Amino acid sequence: MNKRTLLAAAASLAMMAVSALAADDKPAIVFDIGGKFDKSFNESMYNGAERFKKESGIQYGEFEIANEAQREQAIRNFADQGYSPIIAAGFAQAAAVEKVAKEYPDLKFAIVDMVVDLPNVQSIVFKEQEGSYLVGMLAGLASKTGKVGFVGGMDIPLIRKFGCGYVQGVKAVRPDATVFQNMTGDTGAAWNDPVKGGEITKGQMAQGADVVYAAAGATGLGVLQAAADGGALSIGVDANQNYLHPGKVLTSMMKRVDVAVYNAMKSGKDGTFKSGIQELGLAQDGVGYAMDDYNKPLVTADMQAKVEAAKAGIIAGKIQVHDYTADNKCPAE
Amino acid sequence: MDPSLIPEILASSIRMAVPLILASLAGLWSERSGIVDIGLEGKMLAAAFAAASASFYFQSAWAGLFIAILVSLAMALVHGYASINQRGNQVVSGVAINMLAAGLAVVLGNTWFKEGGRTPALSEAMRFMPIDLPGATALADIPVLAGLAKIVSGHSLLTYLALALVPLSAWALARTRFGLRLRAVGENPHAVDTAGISVARLRYQAVIIAGVLCGIAGAYISTSLSASFVRDMSAGRGFMALAALIFANWRAWPALYTCLLFGFLQAIGNFMQGARIGQFEIPVQFFNTLPYLMTVVLLAGFIGKSIPPRASGIPYTKDR
Repeated sequence: MNKRTLLAAAASLAMMAVSALAADDKPAIVFDIGGKFDKSFNESMYNGAERFKKESGIQYGEFEIANEAQREQAIRNFADQGYSPIIAAGFAQAAAVEKVAKEYPDLKFAIVDMVVDLPNVQSIVFKEQEGSYLVGMLAGLASKTGKVGFVGGMDIPLIRKFGCGYVQGVKAVRPDATVFQNMTGDTGAAWNDPVKGGEITKGQMAQGADVVYAAAGATGLGVLQAAADGGALSIGVDANQNYLHPGKVLTSMMKRVDVAVYNAMKSGKDGTFKSGIQELGLAQDGVGYAMDDYNKPLVTADMQAKVEAAKAGIIAGKIQVHDYTADNKCPAE
Repeated sequence: MDPSLIPEILASSIRMAVPLILASLAGLWSERSGIVDIGLEGKMLAAAFAAASASFYFQSAWAGLFIAILVSLAMALVHGYASINQRGNQVVSGVAINMLAAGLAVVLGNTWFKEGGRTPALSEAMRFMPIDLPGATALADIPVLAGLAKIVSGHSLLTYLALALVPLSAWALARTRFGLRLRAVGENPHAVDTAGISVARLRYQAVIIAGVLCGIAGAYISTSLSASFVRDMSAGRGFMALAALIFANWRAWPALYTCLLFGFLQAIGNFMQGARIGQFEIPVQFFNTLPYLMTVVLLAGFIGKSIPPRASGIPYTKDR
């Protein structure tokens, strides 16, 4: 055996040792652009992971994406070290997850907000249209002008799904209402531009909107701020954002990414991790609207009763909320 | 489009233009003295972070502004030291400042506030809030004047300061002895040196002015335009200001008009989403790219000619 093969053998042995060492099923999470403290989507995932850490005492690996090129690197890096399940936040990571998951068939992967059809990948998607429908109803009921707004982040079908559900909800309680819909941009930067979000909101308020729904990650902070400054109500997204401007945030469309992440990590630990699609809607408590002390004065008992009735209707299948991503069309505008 | 929206779009244009105006003026002072300043973006970003942090800590927008100016000034002096004393490459030094600011703001922000580089939301006392000019409300019922009042009134103090700094800069550069010498040092530093005036001193003065202006611009972004600091929130405005400066041929008044135009294009981009001409939907990207397109077209020599100060970017050495 010459020197070089010996060296290679030693190296591969060392690598195996490393992966064996790390492979005691520690989960890892890769956050999306916007960062783990965006008070919205990523932070919600972070909270789920933290809950798992607290309950199980297992440290998890984490990485915050700063640019597109890092996605695959980050996921591959965790896979190299034997982390499992590796949870990727956000639709934009789909290609990276698909590529790496194929190369590491023994590891488990999970992706939120997108479907990756591989035997070792769990795809967690939400029925955002259902939650958005409910907050849309609240917006329609709370609006005095009959005009409400929607500010999306990046212009992608997923965000249009939020918008479409919202419009359907508004129209359900107020068929003559006007809904202004704007997107912040077409790149990842649209998730992190509160200045632009604020300007768009001011524009919608100038046109008469008095309730504005933000589905735009950290950009939404600018939307909520502009609405609070201008005397309008706002609706938060993903996490419960009612506390950000007490008495000025009508409600928040909760998307329980935290629960999804927690479940993925826990099932990975217990060995009950299931691949395939997990679709979470109102029935599974995957989405919903936030009620707490901060927005109690804004939502009357009558409003809440109407929304609860609609919620029961959706769960029972009596009310159909159209999913924009099904045909890339929205029946209501 | 609803014509009643026009005042709102114009008011939004002014809001978007203010950081561009301040940064353009900073670039104007610096480049007129012969120091190329790519670091406008970084100085603004650092100042935005400093303003948001300090105004949160001291519970006062003015403290935020003051600290923002100090931080931006410190960065400007680093740039000055590198390019005046050390005769370094000014573009490299500027890029270094941009990278330093982007990284440092997030690292410090995360250490201090534990919000991933974001600063906590600022309440009204910690921000420069819109002020209504006296008499603006009285005009609210008169058709045309009401719209005019909407455009002119209801901006923050820093907006009016920025607008006042334009004529001041134009006058100081064109009509004062200091301005004349400063322009001379950007065109022919040897002649200035021969006349017994310190080139380094003049260039430092210019760099200091640029630092102060970028500090105000940064404070405006984080404590007036929004209510906290967010990673990379200057969003390329420093570069857009440079484009405006080139477009304006290194002059103060044209720089103001160009910045207002760029601000208008941004505002239009925000307001006119989904606008149509007949059946054709105008893509938002079109408005967003226009400032850069216009600059490129200008530089290619289609509109006019843009001539930078002759000694700009060249370190001054006495003995050659």
